[in-house]
Amino acid sequence: MTMSRLGTQSTEVIDRSTTLRFRWNGKRFRGFEGDTIASALAAAGEHVFSRSMKYHRPRGMLTADFWDPNLLVQVGDDPNVRAGHRLLESGMDVQPQNVWPSLRHDIKAANGLVGRFLTAGFYYKTFMRPQKLWPTYERVLATFAPGGKVDLDTPHRYHDKRYVHPDVVVAGAGPAGIEAALAAAAAGARVILVEHEHAVGGHLRYSSSESARTALSELRAALDASDVEVLTDTTVTGRYEDNWLGIVQRNHPIAVERLIKARAKVLVVAPGLIERPYVFAGNDRPGVITSGAARRLINLWGVKPGERAVVFSANSEGDAAAADLDRVGVDVAAVIDGRDGRRVSAAQGPPKALEAVVAGGTRTEADLLVVAAGWTAPTSLLNMAGDRPVYDPDAARFFPSDPPSNVLATGGLAGDGSLDELRAHGAATGRLAAERAAAVAHRVQARTARALEVTGDEPDWAADDRTPLGRNPHPELYRSDTHGMIDLSEDVGSKDLVAAAREGYDSVELAKRYTTATMGSAQGKLETVNTVAAIAEARGETIAQVGTTVWRPPYAPLTLGALAGRVFEPVRVSSIHPWHEANGVSTILAGQWIRPDHYGDPAAEVRNVRTNVGLIDVTPLGKLDLRGPDIPKLLNLLYTNKWSKLPVGKVRYGMMCAEDGVVLDDGVTGRLGEDHYLMTTTSSGAASIWEWVENWLQTERPDWRVHVTPVTTAYTSINVAGPKSRELVSRVTDGVDLSPEAFAYMEVRTATVAGVAGCFMWRIGFTGELSFEIHVPAGHGLHVWEALMEAGADLGVGPFGLEGQRIMRLEKGHFIVGQDTDGLTLGPSTGLSPLIKLDKDDFAGMPELAWAADRQLPMIVAIQPDDPAIVPEEASQIVRGDTNQILGRITSSRMSPTLGRSICLGQVEPELAAGGTKLTVLLTSGQRIGATVIDHHAHFDPAGERLRG
Amino acid sequence: MLLVLCPNCGPRNSADLRYGGESHARPDPATASPTEWRDYLYRRDNPAGWLRETWYCRSGCRRWFTIERNTATNEFRDPPLPGDKRGGKA
Repeated sequence: MTMSRLGTQSTEVIDRSTTLRFRWNGKRFRGFEGDTIASALAAAGEHVFSRSMKYHRPRGMLTADFWDPNLLVQVGDDPNVRAGHRLLESGMDVQPQNVWPSLRHDIKAANGLVGRFLTAGFYYKTFMRPQKLWPTYERVLATFAPGGKVDLDTPHRYHDKRYVHPDVVVAGAGPAGIEAALAAAAAGARVILVEHEHAVGGHLRYSSSESARTALSELRAALDASDVEVLTDTTVTGRYEDNWLGIVQRNHPIAVERLIKARAKVLVVAPGLIERPYVFAGNDRPGVITSGAARRLINLWGVKPGERAVVFSANSEGDAAAADLDRVGVDVAAVIDGRDGRRVSAAQGPPKALEAVVAGGTRTEADLLVVAAGWTAPTSLLNMAGDRPVYDPDAARFFPSDPPSNVLATGGLAGDGSLDELRAHGAATGRLAAERAAAVAHRVQARTARALEVTGDEPDWAADDRTPLGRNPHPELYRSDTHGMIDLSEDVGSKDLVAAAREGYDSVELAKRYTTATMGSAQGKLETVNTVAAIAEARGETIAQVGTTVWRPPYAPLTLGALAGRVFEPVRVSSIHPWHEANGVSTILAGQWIRPDHYGDPAAEVRNVRTNVGLIDVTPLGKLDLRGPDIPKLLNLLYTNKWSKLPVGKVRYGMMCAEDGVVLDDGVTGRLGEDHYLMTTTSSGAASIWEWVENWLQTERPDWRVHVTPVTTAYTSINVAGPKSRELVSRVTDGVDLSPEAFAYMEVRTATVAGVAGCFMWRIGFTGELSFEIHVPAGHGLHVWEALMEAGADLGVGPFGLEGQRIMRLEKGHFIVGQDTDGLTLGPSTGLSPLIKLDKDDFAGMPELAWAADRQLPMIVAIQPDDPAIVPEEASQIVRGDTNQILGRITSSRMSPTLGRSICLGQVEPELAAGGTKLTVLLTSGQRIGATVIDHHAHFDPAGERLRG
Repeated sequence: MLLVLCPNCGPRNSADLRYGGESHARPDPATASPTEWRDYLYRRDNPAGWLRETWYCRSGCRRWFTIERNTATNEFRDPPLPGDKRGGKA
């Protein structure tokens, strides 16, 4: 087979005035603007493009489009590029894949010699045992694996995302799809028309008939004049619930790929039909192509596909291919008409070429065999919408069954007809789509309480009164009287499927997985129905009885880059963040917050807080502003302790449990005024506790008058901690008497700090030191922080970070929800049973906590290793003696700079919870160490004298 | 992605909301037996058909609401009701 460039064709899409130079397999080639990589190579006389996956057989072109299983190539650092689809660019470095050492001499082709051993399930059967040889098998098999080379140094390229809410999306821009888009747009719908190929027109593009040329120019002109948004080289890859569509645009001017997420009111599915290869001996030989490939080569790119051809035709498209071949001077040696019951039996020749075609016992010399054996209906998008297409043996293909009413099929997928009939069906489908889209829009508006006013009644759901398309009879042509290749991507032959069925893998879903048929790069578009037919034949049943696999997303492969899109991970920082960054902070990501972890030496920060005064930015602390007369009732319901008598100016600590009694959150809430409270939550619970509060107020106690406003980021929160904190705060505060008598521990005041009015200040802290936590209106947070730093220079003020605070809270034995508790930690396990008031009428989790009160529960206890220098890793297990029986675990551990020893919190079985109990801790190194439970949670200042000062 | 009809915001992607699951009444904590309480905590009807369920419009109006959905077809039956948690199987 020698291909060459023909003279100018009226239908061609190449620009012969623009020559593009590129490299293929290390050699220099030329093509034209508008060529695909494959068409340029074919025009240059190349006819072997790859080696097959398993047997390394030389492969030529088959379909000359996106789905061609033999045209996967490497372009630069980009593997698995579809050379039948990707447009040629100047300077491309194109390499064959799956060849070793070269495309011409492939050593692994020896696989073909032992092909009868590489049958269905070969890998499963052969490489099962012995198991210890698996690593060896894996290494050897990996060198045989298909696919290109991944370059780990490939620079990151820009991928984009777009969200769009059209009325109608039309998938497929053949004549029916274009008419549907035009009709829908004419009816007022916003329409996106999506075409997988590089231009609209479908099969009209490669038809040289006068009527097709006229229709195509009409349709293109109408599209240009319409409001339809046309996306070419773009694929609807998935249809999900409520017409949520994934659409991949490959020809975006800036992005490598753009993933479009569309919520369409109505989806029109018009992908046309995909030509199905025929199964016979040698059907994967270079020189055997589909009729569509022949017509595309000739009419789109002006490539002569061979010199002497045999055409096997069972339909009008095959006849048209024969006419095209004849027109451009290919010697059509024979036309074998499949409608007369004639079959092609074998394609023969040396490994890399076609020499002769055998049909009906007659051998015809030819270098080209063009096959038109029938169609596969790409029903994927209908499958994804829940439809189960039905097989029609008279038409030899599947048809839509009963898709949801907001998914409409048209074009070849829906039936056959003349061009006019197909166009009329498309237009009727577009009108129906627009009507139904309008009804969806009206319904949505009418059911949205706060939407714009809706006028008129909801339109009726338009009835489907389209004149159905007919169905042309077509012979059922799947396999000839010889065996051949069914899945060219995966090298699965009809014999393999027969063997699989004989071994019991006779359901299509099992056989598919066992043989890997339909699981390669063509993803079933070419081979699914032939696979089903082979199984049906082996079972002695019909295709309808065997049924087909369910096509799932994506319709066409898309890159991980397209799915990942832009890197968009928002982070939050407090208003003080610029200061932290200017002062040597090491940050830590906590949820979405970037927080100061330390400023170089957390132990020094701890010592400074314990001896002088330190500042920590605790802005992420969850803050809810509560207003209304029923707040005490709400607090009584959400916290385990009592809140009815909290006076104005006081704050109280509380623990929240879920309805199953498990610890949910903790924090302090202060009463700022008669009907005004400020609730704080843990930093990580800020969002979820807000939802929790809203849930109770909205669903269980809708009559209570409480208004909740999240103010976490409305205030910048600074904790001033240390023995000199009162001195420091007093230097910048106006309007509040800070003396211990006037402003006691667990009290709250509204103050003016560093000139900023409206700051809330309360005397609490996690560190165990005398502390003032100041909540500053966020716009002034940095100013107040800087004012405190400046005012306290002579007091030795310094910042401390999360790590320092974690050390100090551990010295004080304060547990952290989610660190020292887990999803099974019931309220009493925290040691805070006195705060669980079972004599209240009701609170979240009360029944479970009442029942738990009678049970022995694992307890959170403070633990000190006997060797003060050893800090057991968090999550180290507490075990019984020399056994591996688990009795608990270390939940927090640090070296205490204050005590000069290691300190821990842990959860232990109830019998180990008493002070003085000796424990064995199993370190991750395997070493066992002794440790002792201490009497209090607090390792330091158990009486709490420092914080009350 | 499921399109959920919020009574205030209209149809929203389900990712904009939190799924509250099958709606269920809370027993009286003073009198509930352990069986009743744990039914409330853990047991769901999980019907293949119409179900009353709750959603929280976390990225929109921040309202909890109850709506009936057919779990077999994902069809919603309006109107959505604010708050109300009674019922399970619809």
